[in-house]
Amino acid sequence: MGLLSLAIWMPIAFGVVLLALGRDDQAPAVRWFALVGAIASFLVTLPLYAGFQLGTAEMQFVENASWIQRFNVNYHLGVDGISFWFVLLTAFINVVVVIAGWEVITRKVNQYMAAFLILSGLMIGVFSALDGLLFYVFFEATLIPMYLIIGIWGGPNKIYAAFKFFLYTLLGSLLTLVALIYLYIQSGGNFDIAAWHALPLTRVEQTGLFFAFFAAFAVKVPMWPVHTWLPDVHVEAPTGGSAVLAAIMLKLGAYGFLRFSLPIAPDAAHEWAGLMITLSLIAVVYVGLVALVQQDMKKLVAYSSVAHMGFVTLGFFIFIDLGVAGGVVQMIAHGFVSAAMFLSIGVLYDRVHSREISSYGGVVNTMPKFAAFSLLFAMANCGLPGTAGFVGEWMVILAAVKFNFWIGFAAASALIFGAAYTLWMFKRVYLGPVANDHVKELSDINAREFLMLALLAAAVLYMGVNPKPFTDVMDASVAELLRHVAVSKLN
Amino acid sequence: MMDQISWIAVFPEVVLLVMACVIALVDLRPQGPLRSLTFTFTMATLAAVAALEGFYASTGLTLYGFGNMVVADTMAGWLKCFATVAVMVTLVYGRPYSASRDMLRGGELFTLGMFALLGMFIMISGNNFLVIYMGLELLTLSSYALVALRRDHESAVEAAMKYFVLGAMASGFLLYGMSMMYGATGSLDINAVFKAIVSGQVRHQVLVFGLVFIVAGLAFKLGVVPFHMWIPDVYQGAPTAVTLMIGGAPKLAAFAITMRLLVEGMLPLAIDWQQMLMVLAIASLFLGNLAAIAQTNLKRMLAFSTIAQMGFVLIGLMSGVVNGNTISAANAYSSSMFYVITYVMTTLAAFGVIMLLAREGFESEEISDFAGLNQRSPLYAGVMAACLFSMAGIPPMVGFYAKLSVLQALIASGEPLNLGVAIFAVMMSLVGAFYYLRVVKVMYFDDPITASRVIASSGVRLVLGVNGALVLVLGIFPAGLMALSAQSILQMLGT
Repeated sequence: MGLLSLAIWMPIAFGVVLLALGRDDQAPAVRWFALVGAIASFLVTLPLYAGFQLGTAEMQFVENASWIQRFNVNYHLGVDGISFWFVLLTAFINVVVVIAGWEVITRKVNQYMAAFLILSGLMIGVFSALDGLLFYVFFEATLIPMYLIIGIWGGPNKIYAAFKFFLYTLLGSLLTLVALIYLYIQSGGNFDIAAWHALPLTRVEQTGLFFAFFAAFAVKVPMWPVHTWLPDVHVEAPTGGSAVLAAIMLKLGAYGFLRFSLPIAPDAAHEWAGLMITLSLIAVVYVGLVALVQQDMKKLVAYSSVAHMGFVTLGFFIFIDLGVAGGVVQMIAHGFVSAAMFLSIGVLYDRVHSREISSYGGVVNTMPKFAAFSLLFAMANCGLPGTAGFVGEWMVILAAVKFNFWIGFAAASALIFGAAYTLWMFKRVYLGPVANDHVKELSDINAREFLMLALLAAAVLYMGVNPKPFTDVMDASVAELLRHVAVSKLN
Repeated sequence: MMDQISWIAVFPEVVLLVMACVIALVDLRPQGPLRSLTFTFTMATLAAVAALEGFYASTGLTLYGFGNMVVADTMAGWLKCFATVAVMVTLVYGRPYSASRDMLRGGELFTLGMFALLGMFIMISGNNFLVIYMGLELLTLSSYALVALRRDHESAVEAAMKYFVLGAMASGFLLYGMSMMYGATGSLDINAVFKAIVSGQVRHQVLVFGLVFIVAGLAFKLGVVPFHMWIPDVYQGAPTAVTLMIGGAPKLAAFAITMRLLVEGMLPLAIDWQQMLMVLAIASLFLGNLAAIAQTNLKRMLAFSTIAQMGFVLIGLMSGVVNGNTISAANAYSSSMFYVITYVMTTLAAFGVIMLLAREGFESEEISDFAGLNQRSPLYAGVMAACLFSMAGIPPMVGFYAKLSVLQALIASGEPLNLGVAIFAVMMSLVGAFYYLRVVKVMYFDDPITASRVIASSGVRLVLGVNGALVLVLGIFPAGLMALSAQSILQMLGT
């Protein structure tokens, strides 16, 4: 079995065992088993890092086996510089999330842990699938565990959120399914993504395909104006669910743009780049302003996610190396930072059971260690140099300025909004005198929470100080992608 | 003259007929409340027949018997094999359910089930209008009686009455259409009808006139809009074991006669019947999915969902011939066959869970009866959820590949109108996802009304577990069943 297969199926296998054997009265054993599974699944992704060849845009760790002969579908896996980091990121976040759910989840612990393990395997599958149908199967299958996670362990309005999540994203992906079938037929019965990249398509076809893909990926990212599901879902999802959703699931959409929309319909992508840039800027600026007025911490971070993902799509559609690479770096950074933000909110929520900013104040007095972590994550969220959040945003802004000064200017202004909403929230929640009795009674984070936040803090700092390993990996692939996209598929 | 080949071709049918009669006699012996002796005999017979049909199918031979009256080809072999297994599974699920509802005082459930299966066999293998019709009547007559099996139960009797009246009308339609065809072509033999149509000597109007009635009759049997009215009432009213007997295996037979009549007999008229099927498919997808949303009764909801699912089957059937070109026919029809087989498998497990939850004096057929099932029994909740996700077409469940296959066949036809139908169909399956998810929500997100554990014998537990697992496993490894469908249809079209 190849390394990628192992990375996909190991967490799923652990999840299935948990489902089959785990019982409610053995919660401690279930938790340890899940942790072992998550760590083991993370460890098997490390040889990928050791073995990854820099400087080539070729797919690596390729596995290819016939899966469904009748439709010529292959179990075809591989990673390039663009997808590589997401495999590790997914496995890493999974470990953190398992730790995060340790004492918090007391009901159906085995199903909770299994859902996250299985979800993690499926998402790694999305990032490493090189076959269109295989991609779609993984992409859609992620909906089932997430739906259950939100619906079973979510907040008071969880049912609305679970349905909104499932149906909203399904709507988009069903159109993509039609697009995939169309490509299958046009390419003469082939689901190979690489073959689709080379497939000549007319302008009308490209436009149709571009918007069919847009339906799935824009909803998933989410781009303005189809972002409305995200705040609702984040608010109701359990902490772990929010963390995985923000850290990984949103990236599935952005990744889809790079793997499908741009290379398969390059002319349409160029033609509609103006629209995409406009939508991205609206996400960055307008949604940033929306975030400013939120009363609910989770909603605030959710809107901030939309704004940050706006940077990602902005970077993609200016077709400059720095922009695309910046977008991908921003995706990774946002994976660490947003997960950290949601887990921090979870720490507070577990103690006070409120997400309202107004329920807090002066937390730093009672939870100094926790406040230190939160400050770091807040700084990363507003893109302070030296943290992960800075690198991607800076690259995208540079690229945008190169492309068009005013677009760069608008994007850069978002840094101010980002700082405003994040720091204002930080001030209201953490600083000042102790606001009420709840805050007075808070106890600082325990060893488990410390570990979970420390892991993320280390990642955020490391990536901020030393982004080179991240950009080195993707350079060749980004360059190759842009070379491909620059060539028109029309005659 | 009765040659040996003829007898070989119908050997499984003969075994089934003889054993059905023998078992009717065996059943006279006094037995316990679960009628174990009859059950054992029935299971043994069905297992043998299924194995026999599986063997026939795997030889890849096509046998004609009794002067072309019946045909035993690969498609027939596999469909009969699956139908038999479906009836076996139905009986396993249905036995405890029926016993607790006083339906096992005699062994009619088993013997009528076997006669119904024999009817399906004859339909599947019929190569002659009248043979097909007789098979159909044997199936439906047995089914009417089965629905009324719980004769002291008001809604069951009402359902039986409705089923009988509408079913008789449908048979009348079919027979009328067949007689028109006979009048026009001078033959009841499907191959001869085909040749007569190809010769171009027959007036097109007469053919199309007959065709309309045949399609209407088939639509009744498949249960597609606007001939669907019986489905919700009968599904809801019949005892659940019988609902499954009607809603499971017979779909395979209905698919088979559609293939025999429309494809083998009237492929040259495809341009006419494909249009009819398109209208039926669109109407079924629309009405089935929208009406299902409003249901609170799970059986009724599944009935409307069946209507929508059959719409998808028709999508495959209507995509075979493009501009008179039959090059993609095998692709299209085999996708429908795959759809029907997987649909039956999913339906079996879903109704199996419904029956399992029903207790003495309590039908668990309201959606709310499933509240908190995950907390009472994670296994059964998981099986049900797998079925529901499968029907909604979410990968990696097998239902996704079924939808993928038919949509692929539809889009492959290359006509812009069909691309529009494909987009309509996926939008309708989004609507479908809503009501399937609602049941998942009730099972997983709501709190249980009763904390009582779900009790099932180890046999039922095992079969249900395997059945549910197959919905997922065939989703991960769908290649075999797809190849089997493709091979069956290719062989059928080749002859």
